[in-house]
Formats: sequence, structure tokens, C-alpha cells
Amino acid sequence: MARRVAIVGTGQTYHKSHRLDVNGRELINEAVTRALADCELSIADIDAIIIGNMDHFESINYVDTWSVEGSGGYMKPIMKVTTGGTTGSSVAIAGYYHVASGLFDKVLAIGWEKNSESDTTAAIVTCSDPIWDRFSYSGAIPSLATEASAYMEQYGATQEDAARVAVRERTHALNNPYAQMYNRPITIKDVMESPMLAYPIKLLDVCPRTDGACAVVFAAEGVAEKIAVRPAWVKSCSVRHTTTWFGDVDYNTGMLSLKRASKEAFEKAGIKDPVEEIDVAELYLPYSYAGLKWIEAIGFCGPGEGPKFIWDGNTDMGGKLPINPSGGVMCTNCIGATALLRVAEAAIQIMGKGEARQVPDVTNAMATGFGGCWWSDVVILGKDKPN
Amino acid sequence: MDKIAIVGASQTKYERRKKGEIFYDMIYEVTTKAMEDADYTLEDIDNVITVSNDFLDGRTISCMAVQEAAGAHDKNVSTIEGDGAFGAFYGAMRVLGGFGTTLVVAHSKGSEGDPKIITNAMFDPIYHRLLGLDAISSSALQASVYMERYGITEQQCALVSVKNHKNAKNNPYAQLPMDITVDDVMRSKKIADPIKLLDCSPISDGAAAIIIANEKRAKKARTKPIWIKGVAHCSDAYFLGDRDLADPISLKDASKKAYAMAGIKDPMSEIDVVELYDAFTYMEPLWLEGMGICDAGQGGQLIEKGITVMDGKLPVNPSGGVLSAHPVLVAGLVRIIEAALQIRGEAGDHQIKGAKTALAHGINGPCGQSHCVWILGSK
Amino acid sequence: MGIDRKDTELLTVTFDKGMPYEWSIGKYGSRFFQEIKEHKRFLGTRCPKCGRVLVPPRRICGPCFQELDELVELSDTGTIMAFSVVNYPFIDPATGIQRPIPYTYGYINIDGSDNIFSHIINETDANKIKVGMKVRAVFKESQEMEGNIQDIKHFEIIR
Ligand SMILES: [Zn+2]
Repeated sequence: MARRVAIVGTGQTYHKSHRLDVNGRELINEAVTRALADCELSIADIDAIIIGNMDHFESINYVDTWSVEGSGGYMKPIMKVTTGGTTGSSVAIAGYYHVASGLFDKVLAIGWEKNSESDTTAAIVTCSDPIWDRFSYSGAIPSLATEASAYMEQYGATQEDAARVAVRERTHALNNPYAQMYNRPITIKDVMESPMLAYPIKLLDVCPRTDGACAVVFAAEGVAEKIAVRPAWVKSCSVRHTTTWFGDVDYNTGMLSLKRASKEAFEKAGIKDPVEEIDVAELYLPYSYAGLKWIEAIGFCGPGEGPKFIWDGNTDMGGKLPINPSGGVMCTNCIGATALLRVAEAAIQIMGKGEARQVPDVTNAMATGFGGCWWSDVVILGKDKPN
Repeated sequence: MDKIAIVGASQTKYERRKKGEIFYDMIYEVTTKAMEDADYTLEDIDNVITVSNDFLDGRTISCMAVQEAAGAHDKNVSTIEGDGAFGAFYGAMRVLGGFGTTLVVAHSKGSEGDPKIITNAMFDPIYHRLLGLDAISSSALQASVYMERYGITEQQCALVSVKNHKNAKNNPYAQLPMDITVDDVMRSKKIADPIKLLDCSPISDGAAAIIIANEKRAKKARTKPIWIKGVAHCSDAYFLGDRDLADPISLKDASKKAYAMAGIKDPMSEIDVVELYDAFTYMEPLWLEGMGICDAGQGGQLIEKGITVMDGKLPVNPSGGVLSAHPVLVAGLVRIIEAALQIRGEAGDHQIKGAKTALAHGINGPCGQSHCVWILGSK
Repeated sequence: MGIDRKDTELLTVTFDKGMPYEWSIGKYGSRFFQEIKEHKRFLGTRCPKCGRVLVPPRRICGPCFQELDELVELSDTGTIMAFSVVNYPFIDPATGIQRPIPYTYGYINIDGSDNIFSHIINETDANKIKVGMKVRAVFKESQEMEGNIQDIKHFEIIR
């Protein structure tokens, strides 16, 4: 029988574009130290560790073994999970299964990246197939541009609609001192006037690249309640890595992987009406248009209704369903940590530790990961122990 | 721990260069064969773990190349980057954590990249990488520390090569079945003192898969379930200079935990067969010490006394081991498969008669920094 | 003697050496490049279950988990499904130097197929390209072909 599992502590670095003052292991250690302090545990209390990043951003092979002095993995079980952009959520889900298995009571999940250490696009380009796609592929932006244009064509969404999402993220980041874009608010005019990268995507429509790390402590039922006043219970985890070839992704039908993963995650968590029952969402939105279209795939609103849902203020702080109180991916993107940060921020909201970015009375929180070949991971956390 | 079992297994033949096959082809082959082995269809697979490495494959998000071929299109899937023994452990956790079954697949093509550059990338970019350390030179350091400490001889190590390549003659999947003598090994080319060519495992291409199921779902499989009695992993320090290379403490820790789970008190008498990760000959005696099969420094004599040969008291690597085929990452999963086949009684010409309890083992990182130990049983 | 830690200059170590690989193309992919060399036409595989024709040809249909063995001849023309004029600089991992910009990344539906083939389009003026335009592949001369994706030089708009 699977055990119930909760998040009992989180830690993250103050995210920056360049952290020349630390090497990778030291960066990891900052997040680990903060996570342990958050739940008042010591590294000796930790039974196992999972770590993830994307190899070619730092060019380190076997990061699990390389990292042990930073992660605390000396003489502990440690393994590495890597699935591209979804790495952070894959690491979180691995943390969940480590504990759910009954083999480990307290487990540390770590995601990190020092994106300043390489040419991010060059590294991403190597995720495309070396025989077929690498010659023409130029990283994530053109395929996102493709999706955005198709969406605009289909529903008449505008560049201003997307800019509204970008503005929301930066406004929310005013409340999050950890965010790379902390205290850097922007206006719709700023977004519209920023340089065009690939139509219709402009510089302020996309995420930055970041040096940062995140660590999350998972604990078993019976242990979790003693560690945390209000543990964030894992109600469900769902994963769909639907496609293998970029040419097989259908941009017109919406985000298939997110649709399927959300549906399954809500069912498993007993959530029937997501927009009513989810109190806050930390979504992996790598660019502004995702903030319009992907919330439709999740089911927060109907197809084509994304822009109205956003303009009505539903997803702002104080709205019906605040999205990304942390400022999200467009304010911090240390890739291997990015999706774990979503899970950590969702847990922070349940645990009531959000300080300036806290959404009141959170019962259910949702986190997502995005990456690979249009893949999605979904994690639902709750204040109440799942059945 | 709830009862979980290996109910399906498959592997490709291991070859120096599978020129005609891409990763996808190899994964499709082992996925379909593992399902056939268990008499499962894709509907019987609840979730999938793939095992791959971005450096080996020359591709960021290396798992992307194979998920479809592993039947994962509409399934919960994740990826372990590391040896297959660790990947299989995560697969097992997911069965214990709620899934009925997990398919675990691993692939690698050592022939496509440059193993020296790829293993050089294990070493710290600030302090060690520019020195040119790689898998072979770091292992040579470990071999010399170990041999110096306990007076283990090159001839004792050579016996491992003779035994394992001979065992490989009975394994149709092995890459290097060979009849060689201790003299042949001693006279083979010096690669990095004290390691000679015939002390080394080869470069290999191949893939493997297993299906793990809970007790209920195991009943649906055609095969006799091979129960996972104990499994544990542990990592030593990273910098070679911070470790005692002749004392595999992380292996000791993982073994102790796996034995405790399986209720094993005296591994030498309770385990019937061992499949361990012998990337180089010296590793076999050193890992046997770490596993508590013999005392520290006694590994050489254990080999010399013939205890680990096919009809010895405790046969080690009847498949021919990693020395006879070394598809990186896949190799640890192969050890689990071989251990399971022994207990099933389906190991063919390399069957150990009456094997009921088997140990399988995989490693990660330089010089066996991290170890994963499995105990499989018939009941 | 004490150590002055105040004025530490923060250093970095640089690696810029390439990692060589020799990737197999596989049975169907190899046939694809041979068809281009011999007949200057594309090749796809058809799934017997869902009926989709996929290009480049591959061995498995993911959603159906079905092995494909029907090869389908396709022409050298297609339709632009999406495009992007790429304007930001990045290091091309294939060459180690910055890829020349602007260049146009195109998603092309090869006539007779059901998915997207990615390549470049030799038009970098975004105002002169539209989704839905027909394009034709421009190949290298047969004797110059090397059996890789650059045997197709680019796609040109059929005007
Ligand atoms: Zn199909």
C-alpha cells in the first residue's frame, strides 16, 4: 500500500542571472540548507536524495555523484532524475514515490541550474534530433512562436493579451524577494516595445535564464505531521510526455499533454471543478502566450477564453484563482530547478509561509512542469490529508 | 516492504557497433520482448522508467529519443540518468508507491561517442577535468591503491578476466566470449598501469528491459515471479582524494541494508549467485569485499581458490559480466536480469543449478562512488 | 601572516572543446536519404492502425505503439504550417560558432504526409511569407550529397 506523503519544507536561492561567487555544489548547498532550516531538520535526518538538472548547461556528467558535498548525499542513497524542462517536477514526483514506497521516511528533492555557465540556446538545440532537426532548430522560441501564432489566428488573441500575462508575472514578483526579476515591474507598453525575437514573441514575453537552486523535503504520514505544523499533502501527480518528434506536435489542438495530465491529476485528487476548487496555481509558463492558452488546456476556462479570464483579473493576487504569486518562470528560470520551484511555491502557499506573496486560505494548490517535446507534469497539493 | 517481483525481462545481443540501429530501435526491441516474456500487452504496463545519459547519447533530454518506443506515449513516465540498477530501483519504488507495474528500459551506444571525453566529464571541471582523468585512468589509480594495500596480484585479477570471458561462451548475448589464459592477460597491452587491455571491459552497444509488478499483477504474468527481497543504494564522497579507494564504504552500507531487508545474515552461504559490475578485473574482488562476501583484502584469494567459478561455492558473473559486454547504464540492469534468469532456471548454458537467491549490483560515478545492491529470491 | 580575503577576483574555467559523435541514422532514415539522392523525393511511413503518414520515416507510431513497415513515396513539395524568422544570436552546437542570422525556421507539411517536417526556408523577410504557402525542396547536386539533412539545402516558396 502506498503511503501518504507531504511536503514539510522548502528552500531556494536568491535567484540571479550570474552567481560567480559560488560553484554549482555551493549553489545547491544554499537551497538545501534553507530547506532543512525551514523544517528544522538536519542532514542526518534525511534518508535519501534525488537531484536533477540538465547535463549540457554545465557539462557535468553524473551530477548525482559530483554534487554530494553540496547536496548532503555523502553516505546516503542518491539518484539523478532528468527529463528536460520537466526535470524539477520529475524530481518532485520522484521524491513523492521514494516516500510513498515505504522505503524512506524523509527525502530531499533538489533541482538546480547555473545557466550562466553555457550558451543556453546552444545547449537546448542539442535536445533536437541530431539527424533530422538539429540543423534547422534554434531552441525553444520558434516552436513557442508557432504555437502563439496558431492560437492568435484561431481565437483572435492579441499581443496585448499576452503582454497582460507578462505584466502580471512581474507585478507578482514584487512580492517575492527570491525572484530574479524582483522589483522590476513592467507595463504593457514596455512589453510591446521590447525587441521582437520571433514573431509574435518579444523579449519581455519570454523567461530569463537564471543561476539558482531549489530543495524540497518530502515526509511520510506519521512523520510529516510532527515536522510541519501544516504539511502540504501530495494529492496527486500526473505525467504525460506524449510526443517524441517535434514534427508530431499538433499546435492547433491545444496542449495535449497538459490536458491529459491535468484531467488525470484532478480525477485522482477528487477535484471536479478545478476553477472553484483550486485556490492557487504555480504554472510552468515559459512565455506569456502560455498564460492564455495553457490555462484553457488545464480547464480553468474554455477554449479561446484565456484572454478574457486574464483581463478580468481572475489570476491576479486577490482574484478568484491567483496564478504564479511567485512571479513564475518568466521571473526566474534556472531550468532544472524551475518546475521544482513551482511545486515548492505551491507547498509554501498550503503551508501559509508565502509572506507578501501569500494567497489567503489555500486548501488546494496546483503546480505544473513543462519541457521536452511539449510534455507536462502536474502535481496537486492540499491542506487536508488525502483519502 | 510489500511483495513485488520481476515478471518480464529482455535484452539485445551486445555488440561493438550496432551501426544499423538507433536508440529507438533497440528500445522497441527490448520493450516488446519484455512484454512477450511476461505475456503482457501495453495495457498491462502502468508506467515507464527510461534510463539514459545525455553525454553518452550526445543529446540534451536524451530520454526524448526513446519514450515513444518504450510505449510511454500516454503513460506516466520518468527518467533516471545513471546506471540501470538505480533506474530499476526507482521503477520498484513506483510499484510500491501505487502503480501495479513498471516497465524499466535502458539503452546505450558506446560506439557513437568518445568514451574518454564522456567519462572525463565525470570529473570536476575546476580541479580535475583538465588533468585528463577518465574512467580508465581513475580506475587504474583505484586498482593500484587496492593492490598495494592488500598485496592483491595482477595474476589474481587476470583470473577474473579468464573466468568471465569463459563464462561468456555460454551466454548468447555476450559480446566477448573468449578462451584466454592468465598469461594472455598478463601479456596484453598495458593501458594504464596496473590495468592491461584484458583487464578492461569493452565498448558496447545494447539495450535491456524489465517489468516489475506488485503481487496481484504478477499473477497475470506468464513467468514465475522473481521477488525483490532487498534493494539499497548509497554514495561515497566525490573527490577521489576524499575517499579511501580500497575501502568501498558505500557498497558496504548498501549491502548491509539490502541484506537486512532480505533477512540475509551470512551472504556467503545464503546467496547462490552474484552478478556484479566488473568494469575492470580488480573490481570483482574489491566489490566482493564490499559486499561482505569475504573480509577486506581477501578478494584475491577468493578468486584464486576458485570459489567464484561456475561450479564454485559462490559463482560470480556466470553471464560473463561487464567484462564481456559493457553497455554503460544498461549493464546494471543486465545484472538484475541475469540474476532473475538464474532464479527462474532460464539461464540456459550458464545456469547455476538450484539458484534460489541472487545478488545483482550496479555502480554510478568514478571508481564506484555510488552502489546499488539488489537481492532477488524465488519466494 | 593573514590571508586577505576582501579583494578576491572571482574566476571561471572555460571549456569550449566539442564532443564528437557518430550517430546511426537507422534503416528507414538511411533509405530516406538514399531516395533524396536517387530520386529527389521524400519518403514517409504509414501507420496501419491510424493511417497517418509520418515523415521522416520511422519505425513506430507512438500513439498506436505499432510497428510501421509501409514506405510511402512523397513528392518534394509541401505547405508552410508555421514559420519563424530567427533573429537572436546563439552558438550553433554543430559548428561551435554563431549561426548566421536572420534565418527562417519552417514547419512544413510535406504533401501526402500527416505531420510536420522541419527545415529552413530561404526567405527572411517575414512580410513575404505566409502560413499556407506552397514550398519546394531545393536539393544539393547528387554527387555533393553526404547522406545528411543538409542534402536538402532549403525550401523555397513556389510563387
Ligand atoms: Zn498510428
